[in-house]
Amino acid sequence: MKSLPILFGVFAILFTACAPQGPQTLTVLTHDSFSVSEVLIKQFESKNNVKIAFVKGGDAGSVLNKAILSKDAPLADILYGVDNSFLSRALDTGIYSPYNSSALTSIPAGFKLDPENRALPVDYGDVCINYDKSYFDSKNLPVPNNFSDLTKPEYKNLLVVEDPSTSSPGLAFLMATVAHFGDGYQDYWSQLKANGVIVVDSWETAYYTNFSASSGHGPQPMVVSYGSSPAAEVVYADPPVSESPTASLVGDGMCFRQIEFVGILNGTKNRALAGKFIDFMLSKSFQEDMPLQMYVYPVIPEASVPAVFTQNTQVPVNPAIIDPATIAANRDAWIQGWNSAMNP
Amino acid sequence: MKRRPIYWFAPSLFLLLFFFYPLARVLLLSIKTETGTLSVLTSLPEFLNVLQFTLFQAFLSTLLTLLVGIPIAYLFSHFNFHGKPLLRALTAVPFMLPTVVVAAGFTALLGPRGWVNLALMNTFNLSAPPITFVGTLTAILIAHVFYNSTIVIRLVGNSWAQLDPRLAQAARVLGADTKTVQSRITLPLLRPSLLAATLLVFLFDFTSFGVILLLGGTQFRTLEVEIYIQAMHFLNLPAAAILSMIQLLCTLFFSIVYSRVVNRSIVPLNPRAGSINLRPAKSLREKLFVGFASVFIIILFVLPMVALPARSVVRLEPDRGERGTIQPAFTLNNYRELTINRNGSLFYVPPMNAVRNSLVYAVITVILSLLLGFPAASALTRPSRLEKIVDPFLMLPLGASAVTLGLGYILAFNRWLYFPFLIPLAHTTLALPFVIRSLQPALASIPQRLRDAASVLGASPRQVWQSVDFPIISRALTAAGVFAFTVSLGEFGATAMLVRPEYPTMTTAIARFLSLPGGLNYGQAMAMATILLLVTTTAILIIEKIRLPGSGEF
Repeated sequence: MKSLPILFGVFAILFTACAPQGPQTLTVLTHDSFSVSEVLIKQFESKNNVKIAFVKGGDAGSVLNKAILSKDAPLADILYGVDNSFLSRALDTGIYSPYNSSALTSIPAGFKLDPENRALPVDYGDVCINYDKSYFDSKNLPVPNNFSDLTKPEYKNLLVVEDPSTSSPGLAFLMATVAHFGDGYQDYWSQLKANGVIVVDSWETAYYTNFSASSGHGPQPMVVSYGSSPAAEVVYADPPVSESPTASLVGDGMCFRQIEFVGILNGTKNRALAGKFIDFMLSKSFQEDMPLQMYVYPVIPEASVPAVFTQNTQVPVNPAIIDPATIAANRDAWIQGWNSAMNP
Repeated sequence: MKRRPIYWFAPSLFLLLFFFYPLARVLLLSIKTETGTLSVLTSLPEFLNVLQFTLFQAFLSTLLTLLVGIPIAYLFSHFNFHGKPLLRALTAVPFMLPTVVVAAGFTALLGPRGWVNLALMNTFNLSAPPITFVGTLTAILIAHVFYNSTIVIRLVGNSWAQLDPRLAQAARVLGADTKTVQSRITLPLLRPSLLAATLLVFLFDFTSFGVILLLGGTQFRTLEVEIYIQAMHFLNLPAAAILSMIQLLCTLFFSIVYSRVVNRSIVPLNPRAGSINLRPAKSLREKLFVGFASVFIIILFVLPMVALPARSVVRLEPDRGERGTIQPAFTLNNYRELTINRNGSLFYVPPMNAVRNSLVYAVITVILSLLLGFPAASALTRPSRLEKIVDPFLMLPLGASAVTLGLGYILAFNRWLYFPFLIPLAHTTLALPFVIRSLQPALASIPQRLRDAASVLGASPRQVWQSVDFPIISRALTAAGVFAFTVSLGEFGATAMLVRPEYPTMTTAIARFLSLPGGLNYGQAMAMATILLLVTTTAILIIEKIRLPGSGEF
């Protein structure tokens, strides 16, 4: 029994000595929606003699939570997936380490929301209302052009939205109404409620249970979804279709712009490699790969977007934008305010 | 009696390491931040409302589950009929289905454009769907019954099957009517398994998350949902921690009540072979009962899930401009698509890999939880004072928030989380209390006289165990194994953990398909869900067919 600690020690040394001296591993923590072509990753791995290990941590809030919790002993080298609604919170906790990538010069200023380059923009998308084209055609109903139209009687019971406290697109849509109405947003939501808006817990439920133009064939022809969803409806259509059965409402301020960021986590032991990976994420090949993998748009202007996007999606000219610090300061209050307007 | 501490050592160490330690870490960390605590105090009345609703729906759901489960337990323990093994297996399948799949099934059946509403609208020429299902308390209650009836059916059914019919016969000879037999004989003998089933069902309903969120709409919040929102969306860990502690205290309270009541009610009697009570239905009354009960099982357990395979092989094409008409076409495209990596994604999941990973995790969980749970359950049948105090704490993993526990794992284990073996360990943490509670009534029912008689005749302790204990509890062991298997496949408790994409399970694959729009994605989700249904039903049929060696006619 006395020799037990010595035995343990011997085994420990043996095990560490037996550790393979192969390529280094770079760990990237992402949200669940992350996707990338296998070919691209293999190219990066062989070019840099590194093995990339991806770890998925839930949605944006969940992943950020885990990164913050493990701040003192980071779970990964890189964190991707924090968006502009969580950015301020992420920056305040100091989980990121600044990195001045050379690719930053080609990114438009509107995306670079962190002047210290702790979080670098990678992609953007818009949360917009998607509508069922054949429904509106068959009823000869004109499509709503602005927020106030949604409260008109001809659109009664036709819209399904997600709860902002449990859904990221739901919160984005709420913020679009806040950006438009300011403090009057609660009155607007009361009017929406009076006009029969349906509220569900998540995008999956709204899109696949309630939306009429999805495979769920639900009752509502308007749903809060993403600007890129119409393109996905074409890519994944069975049988194939020539044009999308859905389109987005892109009136002024009706869409909310979401930008997603990547950053090197403080405490990483692979800083140089992590920097190379971020440069890779901002390179033309990765940026052009993103639309068909994650259904988001590239931030690099030179990156081209596939034809199925340009033919089937509508990019808003004036999306609603709120700066991250304002979001961080007010999101809880806005959600509470929404709750009291919807459940008086 | 000297060997007793060993019985406790392994399971206690396991729970300490994989439950209490991570939980303690996350709770301590959350309490340390002061800013959050103040906001929690102001929200206290609202949290108490949430607690009230959580208790209310759990009580109601448990009651309904008992009302549904007990007659079905009687059916399976007393009658033989065509299709019985399949029906029995089908009642256990819901437990393993991810909520997103169950919600899709119920919506396809009872949603605004589900079959029932469409049929009613066509028959009565209505313009709007008459039945509102999603977003009601009824939906929550029905889903809970759907999920948890199997616990009552198996636990109560097993002990009912082994009841000695001679007791009831003797009572009748002495002049007792049916009611007296039920209340004075059957009920007291069934009490341990009834109580165990009630406690387990209650705890599952109490910590219900997916059902509340997906089927309850946005007006119903339970503690678990509130913890999730506070932790993951408001990033308010102190509030989540306090809610978790409230949840744990409630769990502890109910577990203590259970221990007190159950220790007074165990009556060891000669358990008989399970087949002794089985017979085909003879009288008209019995045949009607079997018929109605079978139909009821099909309606409640099979019908909601039929929509999934149906949707996976049917392509619904709406005519342009004709929202109401849908032309179905048979297609195997969804299954074909499962094997294609259309956009060359790194995270593509070959379906067989997902199936294999799910099954491997489940088998490991079963082995671990039976190995750890059996000794603990044995020790609990004649508990010492210390063991009586420790007993309620064993149920805590079932009553703990998966979200909080997942975050605790991150704090406690950090990069060890990337070790894929940790997932079955997390599953075992949840399966262990389940296994212990399922085995306990069976073990307690073994009369000490039988063991003593065997010893007197010269059997060593191991032989006593092999020839007396083991055959009698083999049914319970199978049930416990099935529970552990279903807990793992249903992936309870691993929801807030980190996922290694290289080892996807069927559940994560389904969630991935449903996170993108498009007919092929929805179809593939339905196809994978159908595969999950088939795999789980087959696995349960196989497990039940396995006659553990030495169990004889039990």
